Amino acid sequence: MAPQNDSPPLLEVRNLSIEFPTRRGTLVAVDDISLHIDQGEVLGVVGESGAGKSLTGNAIIGLLEHPGRIASGEILLNGKRIDNLSYEQMRRIRGRDIGAVFQDPLTSLNPLYTVSRQLVETIKVHTDLDTGAARARALELLEAVGIPAAKERLSSYPHEFSGGMRQRVVIALALAAEPRLIIADEPTTALDVSIQAQIIALLKRLCAERGTAVMLVTHDMGVIAETADRVAVMYAGRVVETGPVASVIQNAHHPYTSGLMGSIPHMKHGVNRLTQIDGAMPRLNAIPQGCAFNPRCEKVFDRCRKERPELISIEQNEVACWLYQSDVGGVS
Amino acid sequence: MSDAPVIGPAMTKSGTLMRVEGLKRYFDVSPPLLNRWFEGRPRQILKAVDDATFDVERGKTLSLVGESGCGKSTVARCLVGLHKPTGGKIEFDDIVVTASGTDHFAQVRHRMQMIFQDPFASLNPRWRVFNIVAEPIRAFGLIDAGVALTRRVHELLDLVGLTAEDGKKYPHEFSGGQRQRISIARALASNPEFLICDEPTSALDVSVQAQILNLMRDLQDEFGLTYLFISHDLSVVYHMSDSVGVMYLGRIVEIRSAAEFFAGPLHPYSQLLLETIPSLENIGVARAPLAGEVPNPLSPPTGCAFHPRCPFANDRCRSERPSLREVNGGLAACHGVEENRISETQQL
Repeated sequence: MAPQNDSPPLLEVRNLSIEFPTRRGTLVAVDDISLHIDQGEVLGVVGESGAGKSLTGNAIIGLLEHPGRIASGEILLNGKRIDNLSYEQMRRIRGRDIGAVFQDPLTSLNPLYTVSRQLVETIKVHTDLDTGAARARALELLEAVGIPAAKERLSSYPHEFSGGMRQRVVIALALAAEPRLIIADEPTTALDVSIQAQIIALLKRLCAERGTAVMLVTHDMGVIAETADRVAVMYAGRVVETGPVASVIQNAHHPYTSGLMGSIPHMKHGVNRLTQIDGAMPRLNAIPQGCAFNPRCEKVFDRCRKERPELISIEQNEVACWLYQSDVGGVS
Repeated sequence: MSDAPVIGPAMTKSGTLMRVEGLKRYFDVSPPLLNRWFEGRPRQILKAVDDATFDVERGKTLSLVGESGCGKSTVARCLVGLHKPTGGKIEFDDIVVTASGTDHFAQVRHRMQMIFQDPFASLNPRWRVFNIVAEPIRAFGLIDAGVALTRRVHELLDLVGLTAEDGKKYPHEFSGGQRQRISIARALASNPEFLICDEPTSALDVSVQAQILNLMRDLQDEFGLTYLFISHDLSVVYHMSDSVGVMYLGRIVEIRSAAEFFAGPLHPYSQLLLETIPSLENIGVARAPLAGEVPNPLSPPTGCAFHPRCPFANDRCRSERPSLREVNGGLAACHGVEENRISETQQL
């Protein structure tokens, strides 16, 4: 998974596992995944609910909720480990080096403080600017994210904004300290499609201008298609396929990825029936042995039920599926 | 208004099943009386649905689309009687169910059912699935309790891809998609002709959404069901509909056959909606986002409610409200379309 050049990728996740100890045993929610994001790159992480995509994002910014914990693996930012930092050290990295945009803009903002106060606070915590300069910077940011009459809106409270405008404020907050990486967890899911297009365009433009890398976590393949450079498809806590976005969408190898693509209603094609993947994602306490997708897979064979496939390179993609590994043999 | 008609089996198997004329639903969101007295604040009326007129053909699917707050769910709730309309007329199979002064709702209640958006909130968590599905049958007194009822519930569960065993479980034991199947089984229990589906798949993952959409189409083919399908997702609408109605701020701005609509919508707002659908084919190509948002429904813009966001707006649009007029076999409420300022081919 390591890139070819010598400089380390901006973010590297190595063999990360996240588990939840419970009274009835330990549940493994994210199982040995590896990802990397280069400078200025947009990585889409896509999967259905429960695939572990949000947990991965939360683990990177050090916001795993108790009792969830990193069981093994490393997270490296610019080659330095950040998964073993203390809460206080991590707090300084969050915001300054890694920004975050969450799904619900109303719960990410403090309803009791004006937008200006929240922006100024964030800017002052992470930079050396004094209050006056921080206020000017806050105004600049609100203008950059396209809030009309930004000067007047500075003293507004979050509830006075519409959903789309709130998400713009959250993006302004995430960009406040010019981080090099933004984790955007379903940033447009709570918004209408017409607003969604605006927010995606905004996020993409601002990050391109600033050279900020984005890890875009979403279940919406359409958003990934227009935004991401590379995409990682997750299923039941594992990455099943990863590669350049065009290659994964148009030339999917893993049966889950191709099923997922077929199940999206398509405007251009006159399809009468959608491809359907029967069944549902397994629960964490009942992840099947071997390939986790095997009970729903049409092309399942013996080996899928016994051994777990690892990612191997097929054309431009990396795919974890025994269909393509017969000749490799005994990789696990 | 017609006198109490007699319920009978449908005379014809084609034609209009539901006719809605000038449907209005207003909500009074005024400040409390004392505040109005002492602070001189005015009454505020939210016109959630204002003058909606449409027909639903028997055995077909009409979809209502629009952004949040455009009134599509309020229309659905008026049709099944969960809201009492402020004005207008609803006819079901030529029976006037709601019009000023008359209410024959009880006569047709069992012939229409609703499927709700959130399968986690629409099933009683303390009831077993068997009782949830049997409830409409018991409520309408369709089948006496006993073997026949049990057989019917099992048949319904089987129909939606569940097993008789599942009837003994509680809703929390099922995934979102399976719960939506239970909702569908419950909706089918009283042998309705008309199903109102309010965003039935928006809480589901895409692979599960495909299962539910396929199931709904199969059931439509099997039982000749009529659907009113409400969704904000145009690609789902494309997959399900025979005709499409677009709502904006409580009004229907365009209503046409699905084929024509998706080939080239007339109203600039419909064009905007179609433009903003993310496509899997245009990789790396950003959608052209149109500026602006839905205005506050408490103080809608004068004239055409869409004019602040419309690139074709002129003085007439700002002052005069357009009404639905027939254009190319469909209906559209737009001065620009009427005056031929906007053609189908023109892209935003």
